[in-house]
Amino acid sequence: MSAVATGTRGVTSAPWFTSLVTVVLLVAMLGIGGSVYPGFLSLQVIFNLLIDNAFLLVIAVGMGFVILSGGIDLSVGSVLALSTMISAWLLQHAHWPPAAVILLVLLLGACFGGAMGTIIHLFKLQPFIVTLAGMFLARGLCYLISVESITIDDPVFTAMSQTQVPILGGFLSPGAIIALVVLLVAIWLAHFTAFGRAVYAVGGNEQSAAMMGLNVGRTKVLVYALSGFCASLGGVLFAFYMLSGYGLHGQGTELDAIAAVVIGGTLLTGGYGYIAGALSGVLVLGAIQTLIAFDGTLSSWWTKIVIGALLFVFCVVQRVMGGRSKQ
Amino acid sequence: MLQHPLVRPLGALVALLLVDAFLVPGFFHLEVKEGHLYGAIIDILNRAAPLMLAALGMTLVIATRGIDISVGAVVALSGTVSAMLIGGDTPSTSMAVALAASLGVALLCGLWNGVLVAGIKLQPIVATLILMVAGRGLAQLLTDGQIVTVYYQPFFFLGGGYLAGLPFSLFVVTAVFAATLLLVKKTALGLFIQAVGINPVAARLAGLCTATLITFVYVFCSACAGLAGMLITSNIKSADANNAGLLLELDAILAVTLGGTSLAGGKFSLVGSMIGALIIQTLTYTIYSLGVPPEVNMVVKSIVVFVVCISQSSEFKNILRRSA
Repeated sequence: MSAVATGTRGVTSAPWFTSLVTVVLLVAMLGIGGSVYPGFLSLQVIFNLLIDNAFLLVIAVGMGFVILSGGIDLSVGSVLALSTMISAWLLQHAHWPPAAVILLVLLLGACFGGAMGTIIHLFKLQPFIVTLAGMFLARGLCYLISVESITIDDPVFTAMSQTQVPILGGFLSPGAIIALVVLLVAIWLAHFTAFGRAVYAVGGNEQSAAMMGLNVGRTKVLVYALSGFCASLGGVLFAFYMLSGYGLHGQGTELDAIAAVVIGGTLLTGGYGYIAGALSGVLVLGAIQTLIAFDGTLSSWWTKIVIGALLFVFCVVQRVMGGRSKQ
Repeated sequence: MLQHPLVRPLGALVALLLVDAFLVPGFFHLEVKEGHLYGAIIDILNRAAPLMLAALGMTLVIATRGIDISVGAVVALSGTVSAMLIGGDTPSTSMAVALAASLGVALLCGLWNGVLVAGIKLQPIVATLILMVAGRGLAQLLTDGQIVTVYYQPFFFLGGGYLAGLPFSLFVVTAVFAATLLLVKKTALGLFIQAVGINPVAARLAGLCTATLITFVYVFCSACAGLAGMLITSNIKSADANNAGLLLELDAILAVTLGGTSLAGGKFSLVGSMIGALIIQTLTYTIYSLGVPPEVNMVVKSIVVFVVCISQSSEFKNILRRSA
């Protein structure tokens, strides 16, 4: 094998390679958009990607941890809906102060995730089936609160939805800034703390992690609690954005989040990838939607087809290039 | 006797039916109207038909350690294709061609999933996630996002007709079930599928053509989903690309799990999956007929899943043994 070929193999199997592909793709998409549609490449359009997808970014961050640990969390979309529902009900019907509402919702989300994690660990059940049941449970609880949509007119929530924070000549919503902060904290958590290393170790090989003396059970429970927390925070951001609570909010969000994580370069088998990939994954998904919206002649279902095609390309790239070592 | 794997799911079904017998007046009452059999039981069986079909296919996929979450999208696609080809009062294409075409679409979907899982060796959940996302988009693209209504009378027989006093959909399910059962019990196929599920590498080393086997189960699963899509479209006389078969894959996985098949692959029970599908449909029926608001349906369903999964886990049995 020639030196060049070895070099190529080295690059393509490097952990950051698929993440790099995503970033290149994102830049290419924005570039094509900018050259075809006038006004596409303005800073505000890119900021709007963040504003519109802030909730998805937060959820994808949580999902990133779960997937890195080798699990999956299908309940995030319904936990998001449940959070908007509880917030709306407490604000509109129980007249709780907004700060207390938000704190309670976040706590509930973390507990919900933690409970699922505990069941997964304690009874050695498949994350898929447990979080599936959690998904039904959270969605069902939404309808127990109300089958109708509840409008939120709380001044704090309204202010959060309307405030524009000026940055670099454009503006961001408070929700988008919260999402970016969450991302930064998550990156720190994943790459600079013992918890992060334990997550990677458990995802890489659970048995080895246990033999190394890592507390696998605690890590798993924490990972699902974190994902539940992120999902409920996503719900709060979604409530800021939509100013309503509704049981149908966020349907299919779990799949968008999984897609974002995969497109961001994280392997679904666990132990391999970056939390920061969630940002590029979410931005790619958002850019597809914006491109289709700018075009105007393409129907919205093209979004799904393009996302499907992208998922296909990424999985194959991961499989053929990066994921060789993992069977 | 109590150790038999079907005891638990059957027990759950019997318990549900007993609850119904006490709480729903005339639950077991059957009567003949215009030569058709009517009654709650028939109603449950009829409505469970698409789920039973989907669960049958899902059982074999799960038996090979896989999972297919594109079932709902395949239902939407095949339903859309059959509705579009048949269309108005006088069909643009003959019904046989339309049905064959929609089954063909389903087979193609299965082949796509199978090639991704067995050929490219993607994780099953990711491989089928692709079709799950894109399939519904394709169906919406075909129909322009509109609901396609069917007016052709003979097509309605498939999902709403009666044969010998019983709903025709039941005959479809019975035929598919019998054929599958024969296939896995009377040929070596069942054993091969188990072998792949227990240890794919060992199965390959032992000379099994694992890739073909795995592709087959995904094609089979999609074909079942395609049939379910036709039944649903015929029953509601229209195809809705947005909502047809939504969450059906999850119900199918649920039915398979309730029936005692482990998601870890290897051991599977086709009869169990049928019972699982009936449990889900009976549960839905019970909730509706008890006058409980339908919103509670999902909460009850999820609690049942939690209870069944935990009670089936070996860890739980260990805890019981220790405390006993």
